[in-house]
Amino acid sequence: MNSIDTHLLREIADLERVPQGAYNIRKNGQLEGRSNSANIVIESKEDKPGIDIHIAPGTVNESVHIPVIVTQTGLTDLVYNDFHIGENSDVSIVAGCGIHNSGCETAQHDGVHTFYVGKNAKVRYVEKHYGEGEGTGKRILNPHTIIYLEEGASIQLETVQIRGVDSTRRYTKVEMEAGAEAVVTERLLTHGDQFAESKMEVIMKGEGARTQVISRSVAQDNSVQVFYPQVQGEAPCFGHVQCDSIIMDHAKVSSIPAIVAGHTDAQLIHEAAIGKIAGDQLLKLMTLGLTEEEAEQKILDGFLR
Amino acid sequence: MLELKHLTFSVEGEGSQKEILKDVSLDVQDGTFLVVTGPNGGGKTTLAKTIMGLNQPTSGQIIWNGEDITNLNITERARRGISYGFQQPPRFKGLRVWDLLSLASGNPQLTHTDGCQLLTQVGLCAADYIDREVDNSLSGGEVKRIEIATILARKSPLMIFDEPEAGIDLWSFAKLTETFRYIHEKRQATIIIISHQERIINLADEIVMIAGGEVVERGAKEEMFPKILENTQSGCAFVKGGAQA
Repeated sequence: MNSIDTHLLREIADLERVPQGAYNIRKNGQLEGRSNSANIVIESKEDKPGIDIHIAPGTVNESVHIPVIVTQTGLTDLVYNDFHIGENSDVSIVAGCGIHNSGCETAQHDGVHTFYVGKNAKVRYVEKHYGEGEGTGKRILNPHTIIYLEEGASIQLETVQIRGVDSTRRYTKVEMEAGAEAVVTERLLTHGDQFAESKMEVIMKGEGARTQVISRSVAQDNSVQVFYPQVQGEAPCFGHVQCDSIIMDHAKVSSIPAIVAGHTDAQLIHEAAIGKIAGDQLLKLMTLGLTEEEAEQKILDGFLR
Repeated sequence: MLELKHLTFSVEGEGSQKEILKDVSLDVQDGTFLVVTGPNGGGKTTLAKTIMGLNQPTSGQIIWNGEDITNLNITERARRGISYGFQQPPRFKGLRVWDLLSLASGNPQLTHTDGCQLLTQVGLCAADYIDREVDNSLSGGEVKRIEIATILARKSPLMIFDEPEAGIDLWSFAKLTETFRYIHEKRQATIIIISHQERIINLADEIVMIAGGEVVERGAKEEMFPKILENTQSGCAFVKGGAQA
């Protein structure tokens, strides 16, 4: 790996070196490195590009890193990763994709991630997207994340895309059985002429399922963002969708949340707000000695934390 | 020393200029505890905001430690040691109490212990608050006390508080008045507080009464306090008139 590779890995997975525990590093569509642990086995798929990750039941306090880096201009990488997470396990999974495009052709990564989370298992899944490079070629990332939560299973899904990705179309679907819990947090900052779309469907099928969807975004310059978060309750359940966007410059943001109830005891709430940075927030931080620009940056950093 | 010289501030309203401040002149010596009081809408908050730079005066001068700061912006005034606690502080999604205290103190490495001490001074149980976001989950009184803590964190030589008592419960308020008393006894700062609260007025060296955009009266606490009480007892002219009818 060269210095660009290590920089990308640091941005997307906070990795300074080869991670502890199980990992699979993919570079320009090829396997760059892999390690299994006693409880976590990663295997390449035979029928299509991608990997199967098997986490044994009862695996606790272990992590899996599966970063992808693309440094080759003109490359379109499509990958299918399936996670089979055993019952009663408690694991962290760190994915993410970094693109360094120094050429003039498009570099694209489309990851389709499917999670089968066993009964009472707990998963924390973090996915960071990052783009850079001095070339004129577009940097495109289109992740699909499909999650099946069995009874009592839970997932904390955190997705982050701050700067650098020219176009993204994200699709997230969560299906939940009784007592399952999903907390989905999405943070996004677009600038320049970037485009980002996020469609989300959370379907609570079983009694006692709970979900919280939190989307925070900042749209700068001429960028465009579209959000379609949908939460559906088919049983006694609780769902809350909260979309907040800060709009700046000449950006455009559409936020179209939907709640769909198929049961009288489905409690579903949505809140959506789009607005510029509040003037009194800027003034308050300026009275603490910050310049207007510093105040703005602090407010955005906090909002997207 | 803070010197306000012939300050006026007017706004456009219904086709004419409305004067909110009318030729306000005031000197405040270093280390003074000054309470500004007077009826609602009299111009007190406008005056405080004008000192901080949140309003630009229509005419007049503001001199701080011998320097004319009338044309300096908010940031520049803040960096020269002026601080202002908002009457209705803003909330921030994502910024934690610790973040605000750290920014206010100018110390990115502000320890949790130091942050907690500041919160204790405003009557907040520090461990419950230091990592919380300053968002809608906090009550008005909690946000107000955090606001005051940010001013204490700045350790600036001029602290202006705008109705610090508003929305604060009795027990926390007692702690807060103790904190103001302590700062004053140590002569750590010049304190200007806009207030109508007897316990705060009692701490003052001097009281300024502002009404109709003008300094109506100024004097030592001993001289002014009885007059204020007299005024409050006189009641409302409308009610009196109604009673007679």
